[in-house]
Amino acid sequence: MRELRVTPIKNGTVIDHIPSGMALKVLKILGIGGSVSSTVTVAMHVPSKAMGWKDIVKVEDRELSAKEVDKIALIAPNATVNVVRNYNVAEKHKVRMPDRAVGILRCANPNCITNLREPVESDFAVMGKDPVRLRCKYCDRILEDVAAAIV
Amino acid sequence: MDPWKGRDILSIRDFSRADIESVLEAARKAMPIAQGAKTSRSLDGKVLSAMFFEPSTRTRLSFESAMQRLGGRVIGFASPEGTSIQKGETLADTVRMVESYSDVIVLRHPQEGAARLAADFSSRPVINAGDGAGQHPTQTLQDLYTIWEGRGAIEGQTIALVGDLKYGRTVHSLAFALALFGAPLILVSPPELEMPWEIVEGLKETGIPLQATHRLEDVVRAADVLYVTRIQKERFPDPQEYSRVADSYRVDLPLLREAKKDLMIMHPLPRVAEIDPAVDATSHAAYFRQAFNGVPVRMALLEMVLGVRG
Repeated sequence: MRELRVTPIKNGTVIDHIPSGMALKVLKILGIGGSVSSTVTVAMHVPSKAMGWKDIVKVEDRELSAKEVDKIALIAPNATVNVVRNYNVAEKHKVRMPDRAVGILRCANPNCITNLREPVESDFAVMGKDPVRLRCKYCDRILEDVAAAIV
Repeated sequence: MDPWKGRDILSIRDFSRADIESVLEAARKAMPIAQGAKTSRSLDGKVLSAMFFEPSTRTRLSFESAMQRLGGRVIGFASPEGTSIQKGETLADTVRMVESYSDVIVLRHPQEGAARLAADFSSRPVINAGDGAGQHPTQTLQDLYTIWEGRGAIEGQTIALVGDLKYGRTVHSLAFALALFGAPLILVSPPELEMPWEIVEGLKETGIPLQATHRLEDVVRAADVLYVTRIQKERFPDPQEYSRVADSYRVDLPLLREAKKDLMIMHPLPRVAEIDPAVDATSHAAYFRQAFNGVPVRMALLEMVLGVRG
């Protein structure tokens, strides 16, 4: 039997098919930093039939919010999210790129009004999905580094 | 229902070609009133709030002239000094207050996207009079009107955009609008000040003939319109480099010997040294007419968004 690099989890979420190198960004989206209270497993540069190489993130005892999934879709458009309950995959779905990204990105234009102390959420229209291209509703600028703009 | 009544004028990207043509037609009708040859009271009793968070002589005065020529009134401020903004009030709060005092808001603001934010918080129409390095749609419409009225059409006119194509906000919006009309464009700039890639990509997608060069003298023969913009000193770390570049983009009489007889020269003003004053006396000079055209265009827009057709 082939040895599994990553053991199955009892309850939690497995995010698979993350583009190679983006796993740490996914952790950042999930707010996983230095201190965690449940097991987090990160596999980077794993061979993949479909993608060549991929990253995988497993987070035990946690299911993701819709907003978190939207954020992941922006940097990992082909990721799959598996919700595991009692060792079984209870739900499995591909992330879906939203048409708009509201309140999940910071505009990279320092002179954009949304970066001031105003009572508005950032709002981006998704112009293209592959590669991901987003345009700020307010200042019209195209966001180039999506991963760096995630709040 | 009137699709213009209550509409915000925020970005030229919100306009279709037919929208722009409606504004141009209305501006032509407003011309005799703008010139003072006829009078109108079409906006009698209406109040315009001019919120100018940074100074702008031409834009502010042309809006005031437009409103007053139509019998309306103007309140507002010409700079943020002494207003509640200096006490730290948000733009959103200022707008909510001002909309209750007036029928239409004209906003000039140093931050990009400020006008769209203002529109989110105002039930009255908001007209963007320039937001930072972002949009300035009434300037674009005034430029389009000048070409349309001066040449009889925009479609098919070869237009050379000259100077600072990187930072100059007017040229980005203008290029987009000219592409809507299918006008061939020639982009003429020093290598340091070329048009940003995302704008060039957008122009290419429209399928218009597009050419880019660093040498003004190469294009002067082909152009129907030269749209000249200011090259700012602060864009260059080395003053000598600035003088070299500024010299090579100066429009003067020797350069114009090669030009078409009916070449039109435009400039959003203020100009510094981009156009030799000797050009002013030639039939090519259209920049002062262009500055005046801000009045009929703004009259047209004010009447349209206030639901009054002149």
